[in-house]
Amino acid sequence: MSVLKVENLTKSFRCGGIWGGGVSHKAVDDVSFALEEGETLAIVGESGSGKSTTARLAMRLLDADEGSVHLLGEEITSTTGKELRIKRKDIQMVFQDPFASLNPRMTIVETVGEGLRVHHPEMSREQRRKKVKETLALCGIGEEALDRYPHQFSGGQRQRVGIARALIVEPKVLVLDEPVSALDVSVQAQILNLLKKIQAERNLSYLFISHDLSVVRHIADRVLVMFEGSVVEQGAVADLFANPQHSYTQDLLAARPINHPRERQQSATA
Amino acid sequence: MVEYSSGVNRSQSLELRELSLSVPIGGEHVEAVSGVSLTLKPGRVLGLVGESGCGKSLTAQAMLRLGEHQGVLRESGDILLDGDSLFSMSDETLRAVRGGHISMVFQEPMTALNPVFSIGSQITEVILLHLNMNNEQANVRTVKLLQDVGMPDPEAVMKQYPDALSGGMRQRVLIAMAMAADPAYIIADEPTTALDVSVQKRIIGLLLDLQRERNLGMLLVTHDFGLVAEMADDVAVMYAGQIVESGSVEQIFNKPTHPYTRALMGCRPEVSEPGSSLPVIGGQVPPPGSWPVGCHFAERCPLADTACFEPVTMDAWSDGEHRARCVHADMKLPELEAVL
Repeated sequence: MSVLKVENLTKSFRCGGIWGGGVSHKAVDDVSFALEEGETLAIVGESGSGKSTTARLAMRLLDADEGSVHLLGEEITSTTGKELRIKRKDIQMVFQDPFASLNPRMTIVETVGEGLRVHHPEMSREQRRKKVKETLALCGIGEEALDRYPHQFSGGQRQRVGIARALIVEPKVLVLDEPVSALDVSVQAQILNLLKKIQAERNLSYLFISHDLSVVRHIADRVLVMFEGSVVEQGAVADLFANPQHSYTQDLLAARPINHPRERQQSATA
Repeated sequence: MVEYSSGVNRSQSLELRELSLSVPIGGEHVEAVSGVSLTLKPGRVLGLVGESGCGKSLTAQAMLRLGEHQGVLRESGDILLDGDSLFSMSDETLRAVRGGHISMVFQEPMTALNPVFSIGSQITEVILLHLNMNNEQANVRTVKLLQDVGMPDPEAVMKQYPDALSGGMRQRVLIAMAMAADPAYIIADEPTTALDVSVQKRIIGLLLDLQRERNLGMLLVTHDFGLVAEMADDVAVMYAGQIVESGSVEQIFNKPTHPYTRALMGCRPEVSEPGSSLPVIGGQVPPPGSWPVGCHFAERCPLADTACFEPVTMDAWSDGEHRARCVHADMKLPELEAVL
């Protein structure tokens, strides 16, 4: 059984026209995929391709115009309110910008523990604190961080906090929206390793949104390529990189930066 | 003293010599760039690589003496344009040099343009300021510049405002602005970072074409070794305020020597086995004010021993033009491989 299955998702936004009217623009057009247990499915595409909108639809942060979302076999397409909040325990999100996604007025223990207040109201303050401590430790953040504020941390540490916040309610699926794009390459390596480790330990499924093909090749099992709202190609990561079928995928792969100056000639003539 | 009134390309070199800068942190000035020496030459692209907080943008801005109104102070060292110190120039001369001899392409095409002026007026402004031209001539030149940076329908674009353009198109406009007065040097601070990969590739091609055609000296500031591989002739790697390794692009890629350079190159997912664990550098970059007395990388370096806690210079290791600020750079590569 797929842990997350979306079928024929479509979403339009209205652009322009301050007082209504304007042009309707299909941001996501008939997108379907299934995420299996323990796997990483990457959605790649450039800005405006609809990859983040797809993630938000799958998370039910946005309502689809058409199509359905199934989480752990149950349809959640039109679930709302308290019921949706309960279901969300199984699907959590990690955002791109670790500077914008943490509340600057909340301490780390409050931020990370917030999910527990919602999903485990029976836990005492001490129990919550203990659980936060364990989850932060899993993400490589020490106990001394508990009562500090986000501004006291570097980008990489904040992203670890963001991951801990998502993990604390023990979800089955993590939706990661460009989780390493804002990080330096050395920090990016640490976070990618951390994500791999946690996935192996907890048998988590990742929906990994990224524009960076090198990162995707490194971390994903399967890839879905989006262009102007539609899926143009999908497949196992090795196949897709070795033998891209769609011309857009080929262009994307050809546009990747080179790894050594000796490749310059090839890329100039390509 | 050379005339700096027009932008005719007659420069020989732009040089940072042992430049140290400090920035205000919590009420006092703390050293953030430490004894950096770099030389830009016409026709060469120098890649300045490092991670956030290493001082590379401060260094880049210093080449135009920018950042001073934000409290950046020169502690020592000099910036020399053909031997003349930028610090001994009058304000008027400095204004002529900025944009006229040395110009800048910034990272954020979304914020570097003024939203309330048309594209045309923002480019002609630079031309009128630096070149002896009337409005009509400046307009003709603007059309030509926009053509040179690959903008379709330049006349129409001139009438548009920045919000009508995509990120890639704005970056082309910024490049056209930087070229407007025919400078000898371009300081490009992460010029493609905010762009999509396919747009990135085109902007890289454009910058290289212009650089070659006009024999520009370029400082390319980036965190991305891929961009360096693509564009640079020479490379300087920066860590915690210092240059730690420098050489030609082939030297740096064929034989990265400083342990920091090696680690930084090794942790890229591009060069890793898919699914493998990426090599990482433990710890964090020490912030300005808490740099160690000796090698700035020592606390994170697997090769560090007592020798590394003494100050170390760029003369510590060299092989021709290739130099590294490391007393253990001579450790045989396989041994280094084993510990890193």
